[in-house]
Amino acid sequence: MSSTTAAAQERPIEPSFLNNVGYLCRRYPLGVAGSIIMVAFVLCAIFANYVAPLDPFSTNAKASLAKPSDTHLLGADMMGRDVLSRIIHGARISLAVAMGATILGSGIGAAVGLACGYLGGWFDLLVQRVSEVMQSLPLLVMALVITASLGPSLRNTIIAIAIPLIPTVARVIRSNVLSLREMPFVEAAKATGMSEFRIAVVHVLPNTLAPLIVLATAQLGSTILTEASLSFLGLGVPEPYPSWGRMLSESAAEYVRTAPWLVIFPGLAISLVVFGSNLMGDALRDALDPRQRD
Amino acid sequence: MLTYLIRRLLLMIVTLFGVSIVIFCLLRIVPGNIADILFDSAGLIDPAEKAKIVADLGLDLPLHEQYAQWIGGLLRGDLGYSYVSEKPVIDEIAPRIPITAKLAVLALIFSVIAGVPLGVISAVRQNSVLDYMLRVTSLSGLSMPSFWLGLLILMAFVHYLGTIPIYDRNPATWGAWFTMLAVPAAAVGFRSSALIMRLTRSSMLEVLRQDFVRTARSKGLPEGSVTYKHALRNAVLPVVTTIGIEVAFLFGGLIVTETVFNIPGVARFLVEAIRWRDYPMVQNLVMFTATIVVVVNLIVDLIYMVVDPRIRYSE
Repeated sequence: MSSTTAAAQERPIEPSFLNNVGYLCRRYPLGVAGSIIMVAFVLCAIFANYVAPLDPFSTNAKASLAKPSDTHLLGADMMGRDVLSRIIHGARISLAVAMGATILGSGIGAAVGLACGYLGGWFDLLVQRVSEVMQSLPLLVMALVITASLGPSLRNTIIAIAIPLIPTVARVIRSNVLSLREMPFVEAAKATGMSEFRIAVVHVLPNTLAPLIVLATAQLGSTILTEASLSFLGLGVPEPYPSWGRMLSESAAEYVRTAPWLVIFPGLAISLVVFGSNLMGDALRDALDPRQRD
Repeated sequence: MLTYLIRRLLLMIVTLFGVSIVIFCLLRIVPGNIADILFDSAGLIDPAEKAKIVADLGLDLPLHEQYAQWIGGLLRGDLGYSYVSEKPVIDEIAPRIPITAKLAVLALIFSVIAGVPLGVISAVRQNSVLDYMLRVTSLSGLSMPSFWLGLLILMAFVHYLGTIPIYDRNPATWGAWFTMLAVPAAAVGFRSSALIMRLTRSSMLEVLRQDFVRTARSKGLPEGSVTYKHALRNAVLPVVTTIGIEVAFLFGGLIVTETVFNIPGVARFLVEAIRWRDYPMVQNLVMFTATIVVVVNLIVDLIYMVVDPRIRYSE
């Protein structure tokens, strides 16, 4: 979002906000669809207390495993809790974890990448080796081992998902910085007597923002999926938070027979939000970074 | 060639050595070991008995000695004993490896068979309705958690057959063996096939724009020959390189899918070992996974070199 407003400020003869939206819709229909999905989920997450029809925590023995009906639009779980309300409140946890992890991982990754590209030498070499080591472990395995050692909590889940992101982001930013530092504008800044640190932060860093945004959006989907997998395995976000992954946890295999709505809807929520973020990521990549295609 | 191979092998050893240190440290960041867990859950605290268990398991040694013990054992082929079952780790892991290996190979085959042709079709018919449908399908494939897809498949089984397929170590027929493995493999492979399809499509689009394709067309070759003989051969190369990454990607899917289908493979076993803080088991399982990923990457690079004569790693 910030990049579009920034672009709007640069162009002096900007028609109107509506025209801009119209242009975006024509140019990136799928990206706009993805953004709408994401915005809808984010609004649900923020206003969960108002949107959710029922209390996600209140149990009701009478409604245990109730089929979808007028009172429980998407049915109720074993303890009689409303599935729709739990999904709406679950959006809060899933999105908070995913965005928190993405921001944390990308931030650290960008800092490390910038340092590597700029400092070079033994620091760069060391970071390269360490990231090679980290990338030889599957993302989920790494996250599993980290949560296992830190213990399950909301904060630790965010950390566990953020750490495996760092090397990927650092690599992209590093290679970007390596080419940027040879650019004439960096040379010009040097000629004016700017310090290396200031050049790195003021001139080089802003130019890596486009690939960073693209990468972060692309990672958002996979962080949501990782959180869901961790919670599904019972090693992610703990009770009492309603999490989509845990709603589908191992007991779900029993409900496949008896209460399919407990399996279908939380999974649909995960898939939809990841689908939205993937569409948005693809469109952003096309718009901001046309060189970096699949 | 030989120097390249030697250098790669040395680098591989360095990487695996790094993995071992990372894993060892990760598992010990937080104080608390299996003795604590066992005693906390049992509720009875007899310090002498606890100290004895800690000493038996070697948990009272300084960290570097614990590490040296583990690595020394690993190099001699001795993986230590499980804290939980008290059996040798190797006896616990070895029988589970073939199960996961079969699943992984089937899933990989499935993802290539489905992903490559669909990617080609999508690229050849760029911007057609079919292309859009395939692209949306592949993106949905990437968006669905594999465990959910697995659960949906189980649901379909219940709906149409009335039962859930139960893993059987010695299936009666070859057909039963195939369904038992092929169904979960398809659930895992769906995601990978979506990824391969996307990669094939963009790589194919790139190649189709190149001069030699125009030359082939202008000398009157039929379109099928241009697409499949000339373009595809070049387009598939970059896809091959991603198979290494794919293996790491697959393993994550296998963890949840083996859990859903209740298959006693190594991937699910890792989760169980983590829950129990069975350090020897977790350490060795993670090392095993990393070794597979690194070795597959090496093999893929070597294959790449053989398939594409333009690439010679001579320097």
